[in-house]
Amino acid sequence: MRSMYFTQAIDDALAPAMSDDPRIILYGEDVPMLRRNLLVRFGPRRVRGTPISESAFLGMGVAAAMSGLRPVVEVYMVDFLGVCMDALLNHAAKVEAFSGGKWRAPLVVRAPCGGGYGDGGQHEQSLWGWLAHIPGMSVLVPSTPADAGGLMLAALQHDGPVVFLEHKLLSETMLEFLGTGGRATVQYDLPAEGVKGAVPAKWEALLLGKAALKRTGDDLTIASLGVSVHRALQAAELLEAEGILAGVLDLRSVSPLDKATLCEQVGWTGRLLVVDEDYEAFGLSGELSAVVLEAGLSCKYARVCTQTTIPYARKLEDEALPNRERICEAARRLVM
Amino acid sequence: MTLELASLYALMLKSRLFEVAVASLWQEGLISGEMHLGTGEEAIIAGVVSQLQEGDALALDHRGTAALLMRGIDPLLILRELLGKPDGLCGGMGGHMHLFSKEHLAASSGIVGAEGPAALGFALSAQFLRPRGIAAAFFGDGAMNQGMLMESLSLAAAWKLPVLFVCKDDGWAITTQSRELTGGDLSERARAFGLSVSDVDGRDVQAVWQAAQAAIERARTGEGPSFLHANCVHFEGHFLGYQLIRAVRHPLTEMPRIAIPLTQSFLHPGGAALQERLAGLRAIIAALLATLRNPRRDPAYDPLRRARAALDIEPADLQALEDGVEEEINRLLESALVEAPL
Repeated sequence: MRSMYFTQAIDDALAPAMSDDPRIILYGEDVPMLRRNLLVRFGPRRVRGTPISESAFLGMGVAAAMSGLRPVVEVYMVDFLGVCMDALLNHAAKVEAFSGGKWRAPLVVRAPCGGGYGDGGQHEQSLWGWLAHIPGMSVLVPSTPADAGGLMLAALQHDGPVVFLEHKLLSETMLEFLGTGGRATVQYDLPAEGVKGAVPAKWEALLLGKAALKRTGDDLTIASLGVSVHRALQAAELLEAEGILAGVLDLRSVSPLDKATLCEQVGWTGRLLVVDEDYEAFGLSGELSAVVLEAGLSCKYARVCTQTTIPYARKLEDEALPNRERICEAARRLVM
Repeated sequence: MTLELASLYALMLKSRLFEVAVASLWQEGLISGEMHLGTGEEAIIAGVVSQLQEGDALALDHRGTAALLMRGIDPLLILRELLGKPDGLCGGMGGHMHLFSKEHLAASSGIVGAEGPAALGFALSAQFLRPRGIAAAFFGDGAMNQGMLMESLSLAAAWKLPVLFVCKDDGWAITTQSRELTGGDLSERARAFGLSVSDVDGRDVQAVWQAAQAAIERARTGEGPSFLHANCVHFEGHFLGYQLIRAVRHPLTEMPRIAIPLTQSFLHPGGAALQERLAGLRAIIAALLATLRNPRRDPAYDPLRRARAALDIEPADLQALEDGVEEEINRLLESALVEAPL
């Protein structure tokens, strides 16, 4: 079994796909340096750097995708999509509907997301709920190297726009770039299974919108994604010692959402705890409650999310982002 | 306002020593995430900020610490903020990329190019509320390719807003050399938008001061915005721990980490023809060589040395000035590291 780091796995899955399909090109800010291993294999025509002109290059990606290419456009952080949201909101996500289903934009937007390394509230957001809110957008948030590679392939094969989010605590390259910077003096709470793990000998695309049940438990279902999946798994271990059996469901994809598996699990346990690093209000956590209610399930519900602008100070940041203690507390209240 | 080189030098020295102290705190792990220092661009900041008055505003980028310090914001508050303490300038919420001081009308942003629209807003409110008030925006050459900044240049000229746009041009947009990815010439671009443009040597604080004086006066008297294009070097590159600089400073440890996967990928079957692969390899080598050759370590590019050499001052007075600044920063560091009252 091969073992890989998180970002290494994504790039490793990209390489054979690029080799098979000359329509796939990569570009974005600093991409020649960030994807240098792909640059020396596929050359500077297909692996390109862009200026800090997000509106132009993301919009370019939409029309390039509409006209025959399969672009993977990188934005430095998901926060910076704020600069160029029009390309996704009003164009990539709309073309299929506007063309009466005749024209689609098979674009992959790859962006680091998430916090936990002290970079402040403009560089540590999750924003997947905000993106998935738009009809026509797919939004993927892998939590392990194997899922990351498999979902990147799924994104490449999908005929519509996909935002592929890469959590910075999982990405060895982004954390090195933005966090440690070569220092041994800083520590981050890194989930080992997310940072490095077994990957298949040959990459195959995962199904879009298929959740993974990471742990079974009869008392409650914790639904989560990204780094929070690992926090939830650690919390579930602590809870088990107290006699509370928590199942953990890794959604992996915000849109499409695996409603069937969610409802199946919650139908069984009767309790749903959503652990979502994204903002609490008007987002994924509330959406999951709507999904189970619409399915006619009656369940107890709680959520552990980010409620405020993410603080810069590490201690405040730890308290603001979902952590094990908050998850355990919420779970205890649910089973009381 | 008259140019006083000794006080400009003192401002620059204070900023330099402050940021050198910040760098060591970062190395010790007391500052966690990114850290963008302004070491190398002090002459540009000092030449402009020293001429700001009450009612003037500052729109800053992710590298705004030096400007806030020179604007007179309590350095202890800034340092406590960078350390993430509850009694820091922004209560530990902002950090170095998001420093704000309402009473100084100074706002920072970690979003490249966002200084443009912010300066426009400060300038617009000045037209209504603060007669002769202006806004100064600081940003890098990379930001000049950001749409919102280009839009801001145009709108500022159309509305004759009292803005001084200051482009601190170090030739790099993070790890990318700007000239490879920029259409046309930056000063020509600003001129085409209708701004009054001056190109200055950003290492020469007197030249910056003089160009800024004219531009600020122009803004104060309602004649419209100006664009100050000043070149500089950043001693630490884009940020501390900058990968390319690490690679050239510590080639024995850093290069194998880059070269081994690179070679494997270069030789991997499937992919582009050899010529394309070589072109990719050349691009990476060119970036490393450009980093190696960047004059950031050349003393001639140090704006402090240049200002110091131009000072007309008795050696004993210079010594006293430098000792005074150093003592101030040492005291500051000592009190900043005291544990916070909770």
